Amino acid sequence: MIPYLGGRLVTLAVTLFAAAAAVFLILDVLPGDPAALILGVNARPDTLAALHHAMGLDRPAAWRFLAWLGGMLAGDFGDSFTYHVPIAGLIADRVGVSLPLALLAIALSTAIAIPTGVFAAAQRGKSADTLAMATAQIGVAVPNFWLGLLLILVFSVKLAWLPASGFPGWAGGLWPGLRALLLPAVALALPQAAILARVTRSAMLETMGEDYMRTALAKGLSRATALWRHAVPNALIPVVTILGLQFSFLLAGTIIIENVFTLPGLGRLVFQAIAGRDLIVVQDLVVLLAGSVIVVNFLVDIAYVLIDPRLRARGGP
Amino acid sequence: MTGWARLGLGIAGIVFACVGAASAPAQAKDTLTLGMVLEPPGLDPTAGAAAAIREIVYANVFEGLTRIDGEGHVGPGLAASWTMSPDGKTYRFALRPQVTFHDGTPFDCGIVKFSLDRARAPDSTNAQKEIFEPIAAIDCPAPEVAVITLKRPDADFLYGLGWGDAVMVAPQSAAQNQTNPVGTGPFRFTRWVKGDHVELARFPGYWGQAARLSMVTFKFIADPAAAASALLAGDIDAFSNFPAPEILPQLRADSRFSVVVGATEGKTLLALNDARKPFDDIRVRRALAYAIDRHALVTATMSGAARIIGSHYTPNDPGFIDLAGTYPYDPARAKALLAEAGVAPGTRFTLALPPPPYARRGGEVIAAMLQEVGLSVDLVPMEWATWLDQVFKRSDFDMTIIAHTEPRDLAIYAREHYYFNYHNAAFQSLFARYRETTEPAAGIDLLQQMQRQLATDEPNVFLYVLPKIGVWNAHLHGLWVNDPIPANDVTGVYWGN
Repeated sequence: MIPYLGGRLVTLAVTLFAAAAAVFLILDVLPGDPAALILGVNARPDTLAALHHAMGLDRPAAWRFLAWLGGMLAGDFGDSFTYHVPIAGLIADRVGVSLPLALLAIALSTAIAIPTGVFAAAQRGKSADTLAMATAQIGVAVPNFWLGLLLILVFSVKLAWLPASGFPGWAGGLWPGLRALLLPAVALALPQAAILARVTRSAMLETMGEDYMRTALAKGLSRATALWRHAVPNALIPVVTILGLQFSFLLAGTIIIENVFTLPGLGRLVFQAIAGRDLIVVQDLVVLLAGSVIVVNFLVDIAYVLIDPRLRARGGP
Repeated sequence: MTGWARLGLGIAGIVFACVGAASAPAQAKDTLTLGMVLEPPGLDPTAGAAAAIREIVYANVFEGLTRIDGEGHVGPGLAASWTMSPDGKTYRFALRPQVTFHDGTPFDCGIVKFSLDRARAPDSTNAQKEIFEPIAAIDCPAPEVAVITLKRPDADFLYGLGWGDAVMVAPQSAAQNQTNPVGTGPFRFTRWVKGDHVELARFPGYWGQAARLSMVTFKFIADPAAAASALLAGDIDAFSNFPAPEILPQLRADSRFSVVVGATEGKTLLALNDARKPFDDIRVRRALAYAIDRHALVTATMSGAARIIGSHYTPNDPGFIDLAGTYPYDPARAKALLAEAGVAPGTRFTLALPPPPYARRGGEVIAAMLQEVGLSVDLVPMEWATWLDQVFKRSDFDMTIIAHTEPRDLAIYAREHYYFNYHNAAFQSLFARYRETTEPAAGIDLLQQMQRQLATDEPNVFLYVLPKIGVWNAHLHGLWVNDPIPANDVTGVYWGN
């Protein structure tokens, strides 16, 4: 397990460095001057030069890259060009919105998808199965931003149950925060749940045809018990794989959903920072997002071991 | 009933109880939540050009020596009055007494000297350094008197001092104004939740008429659909510049809202690269002007709520003359002019489109209109950063759609290097004479001559004035109808019945 973990950590470090170097190069080549964006169309050349100097943009690219990298290693994420505050605090605030949103969305989608998938598999070919899968098909086809707008129209504009946009912060208590995250989480979760339900159903169908299922039924277990005790655990491996992949999509999805619901999360920060050429913020965020995807993949690997005792016997995947 | 089902019902019960509790009846209001499309980069108007900065702090948090009102007139600000020497080079300002900053720092001539010297210093990052360029010296004969000497007369000096870029800042707090603005206005800054909103609270120590609102929240909503739903759901009381003109008919029919369409200073142009063939030919530029049906364009992109212009000037500005009829819509004439200039049918041009809807939507309409007279247009959408670099800085473009939002900016047509490359010695001499005029009637005459010169040369196709679409709660009073400068002056806003 130790060499395995060590290998993983090296992969993590190399991937992060590659991501950091790539994003730095892209931003450096990309047209657009952050100082020109701040000073607008009436700025004089000497004013631009003064701001370049104040922002450190008059230094060579290699120097800026190494300074940034060194700062990151020392735990200093740098200052934002647009907000003029340390980026670490900026990101921490945003994580407080995006992470609960992502977790809520994953919890919702799993809570809906797995029972639906298992149920549909158990009812294979019957009208309940057809209905569940037809609904899932629609769910796959519906884009999350459109669903978000629809939810706003129904629950905020018509019924006035939930806020249409914005986030009050966690300082005012748990419920106001959750209330603001509920609709976006549903908008993110439903399309994902639809995919997950279909995967669960097909994985279930596969395991239900295995020999051990026939044996379980032959030794006298009821159909439901056999299903939950033997079929579901074996069907979980592909489901967890998809969940891990969905987490990455969720990060991308939050960029759109956070704009639809005007939530001050990481997704919107990425979007704003790219448009505003807030270079260091973009660099920090890419590294952070790449890092979190790698960490989630790692957790998925660990989950395999937990779910499947056969992998444990072999000493890791 | 199983335990799980009971738990589920219990949770549902709590959810509904909380939803119910949250919609308590509103009390008599003295707070305001104002929607804005863009979040500002920092809150210091002396260190950035973004309109969003001024839309929060101008007149509310920061004040200058002069102040521009909702009609675009220059009036007293922190200077109660002033006199100008006969040669137009020396201004003597009588400063208001008993003025303090929000942190208790007293305002006097030392502050005036500090603020203006900071703005014109070599390392200044003031986005409108041109305003301060004529200043030769600032003297303080007494704490409540400031004397500013200019190198040459400047007709727009008092106007320039009213801009957000020329507000008064204190030495102790100036460096932190980006994140914690400290001014002399009737509201003080309290909080900025990055990515979401900025809060201001009434400043009890204000020198003048106290604000009627106790608190103002500026909330940032970038997406037009989200802005519409936030307004309809009541999350927001007002949008002084509403980004979704397509739902105006619906809002007009809704008695909860006032819809007030005014004008900004945004001169929307089909800007042309006059240094590039065939746009260096005046016949081609005029042909483009004849080819564009500006009324149809405004109907399609602004729900008809915009004023057509024929020069780089708006009805809010002094000495405005209506030149909108100079090139009426006439595709046949456009074709004839293009043929005369030797532009073959089917010639391709690119049209660079920055992100705002006026450009993106307008681009499609204009491309279709130019198609009618035989030109092919490739639409090239770009981000702001790319537009500033490629079009504005390097002047590498054929055509672009852009709104110039700076007020009274005829000066850009007199510049030696500017992205649309207009050079006309006659215009430059008119502008030079205007700038040094201290006699108002002569100034107005020159302003009118400049407008006519531009309409004749048509360096860019002048389209319309970007409207300011104000949508607010019908009980709310005192918001600006027009935007003579970028600002949301809420100092006089109050709730009626």
